[in-house]
Amino acid sequence: MAVARTEPVATVRTEGRAWPVTRRTLLYLLMSIIAFLAVFPFLWSLLGSFKSSEDLFEFSVADPGTYLPREFKFDNYSTVWGLNFGRFFFNSAFVAAVITLAHLVLASTAGYAFARLEFRGRDVLFAAVIATLMIPFQVTMVPLFILVKNFPLAGGNDIVGQGGFGLVNTYWGLTVPLFPTAYGTFLLRQFFQTLPRELEDAARIDGASEFRIYWNIILPLSGAALAVLTVFSFQQTWNDFVWPFIITKTEEMKTIQVGLANFRQEFNTDWGLLMAATMVATVPILIMFLMTQRYFVQGIALSGIKG
Amino acid sequence: MGVSSTSVSSSRSGRGFGNGWGYIFIAPVLAFIAIFVIIPIAAAFYYSITDYDLLKAPRLSDPLWKNYGRLFDDPRYMRSVTNTLFFAGATVPAGVVTSLALAALINRQIRSIYFFRAMFYMPVVSSFVAVSLIWLWLYEPQFGLFNDILELLGLERLKWLRSPDTSMLSIVILSIWKNMGLNMVIYLAGLQGIPPHLMEASDIDGAGRFSKFFKITMPLLAPTTFFVVIVYFIGALQMFVQVWIMTSAIGNGSLTGGPLDSTVTVVVLVYSNAFEYLKMGYASAMSVVLFVVIGLVTLLNARILSYDIGY
Repeated sequence: MAVARTEPVATVRTEGRAWPVTRRTLLYLLMSIIAFLAVFPFLWSLLGSFKSSEDLFEFSVADPGTYLPREFKFDNYSTVWGLNFGRFFFNSAFVAAVITLAHLVLASTAGYAFARLEFRGRDVLFAAVIATLMIPFQVTMVPLFILVKNFPLAGGNDIVGQGGFGLVNTYWGLTVPLFPTAYGTFLLRQFFQTLPRELEDAARIDGASEFRIYWNIILPLSGAALAVLTVFSFQQTWNDFVWPFIITKTEEMKTIQVGLANFRQEFNTDWGLLMAATMVATVPILIMFLMTQRYFVQGIALSGIKG
Repeated sequence: MGVSSTSVSSSRSGRGFGNGWGYIFIAPVLAFIAIFVIIPIAAAFYYSITDYDLLKAPRLSDPLWKNYGRLFDDPRYMRSVTNTLFFAGATVPAGVVTSLALAALINRQIRSIYFFRAMFYMPVVSSFVAVSLIWLWLYEPQFGLFNDILELLGLERLKWLRSPDTSMLSIVILSIWKNMGLNMVIYLAGLQGIPPHLMEASDIDGAGRFSKFFKITMPLLAPTTFFVVIVYFIGALQMFVQVWIMTSAIGNGSLTGGPLDSTVTVVVLVYSNAFEYLKMGYASAMSVVLFVVIGLVTLLNARILSYDIGY
């Protein structure tokens, strides 16, 4: 079967040409069940967010009539929005945008140098950057908080960082400590290495500076890889909980994940309200994922994780 | 990295090689990594041998290993270590098997495969806070869906997160569900990297479906499996959010990770010692131990991964 040879996906499908209908049906059935299990909690949460407390109270698995809300009500959403979720939403979007932009700039410049320029110590420095990938955030969070709190000359601190709150509870504190991006540097370096060299070489001979080559040649060719990093960084920062949780103190500065976590403590068993808040925090990222999902898969392929 | 060997002409032309551009391009990212990753790691080691409450300057402990010594006398910490290891020991093997099975299942060219892949991946892109809240509702003993279904099936209702016998297991199930799509995609990349001619050769030899999977696919995926296991394991050692959302006690840090400490993890204690009790030194000692364990696991990983499978 000639197709099987050129089609990389067809590797485990060698007897695929003769799949009887029943087996194919079975396969679809199995995949549908798993897909249902993966998506169901979100659907359940979405349905719950439209239900009134009476709907929730009367629900019974034995009675399919109670599965859907009697009336789709947006009351839970308006309550949630009134409880500062607009502000949380803005904070998350702003923080995620700033960090993503920083990752794009830092990772593309460093990735270009590591992929294309030659300088003393390059490979050692690259290995050092990669090594920091293995340092988990949970290990550095305590000293990082102390560092941000004792940041010199910020938030009422003196020159040795005493006396005030430093960058705690500021946008600076929410964003800048998350700028380091070993992953992005690695990802873009891998991608830049696959680009053909002829254009750059021609530009070099014409006397273009390294910055012009990076800006006018490399970046325009790298849209796909930059998109991958954008999607990854944005999703990661939007979903991040631990650091914003530690570093924010007032309602005005909280991100949506922190707001959601506090919500759970405040509205212990008001499930309709809690699910509305959960959906406000989740739906934007799910929509972004569905629109850009090919980049997620590409990102994993680009990292060359095969082993 | 073959830069000079692939393009001799450009290295002769001189521009960009050996001048300062390389350092200028990497300086920003290195500076941020140094300030916000390297310094905090060094600081964690320093704070771990001090008494520090954020209010007064840190003072060296007497003896220096005081914080470390206290770890072993702290039953709650020892409990958190066994809980964390249990969590890792349960999620990693089960997670690896489910994601490999899923990857094998969807590694085909059939209609609407992209739709299924996207569905399997949705839990991965959601936040742990959000999915923990949703599952908290599903697990709710009185109004939760799971207990309703159990009852409908004629089974006994469970207490899920409210009983020390099932609380950690409930978190394990949620966590496997959350991550199965991620490792599935990694395995998928591994499966698609297997050259088709190997499979065709085994077809000619008349190998069966299962013997092919265990004798050819699995060994070829060994590097992927090591990668998945290590990354999964390291992630599991840092479990925090699920506990914070699902089994925390409101405004009472000493009860977080209940019931009866059955879900308390190492990072929960790092958080509560540092930010609720302001015991920065003690929390740092816990972080350092975690760092050393993760470092050892990573080194082991690097050693195992360094051999080449060579197909």
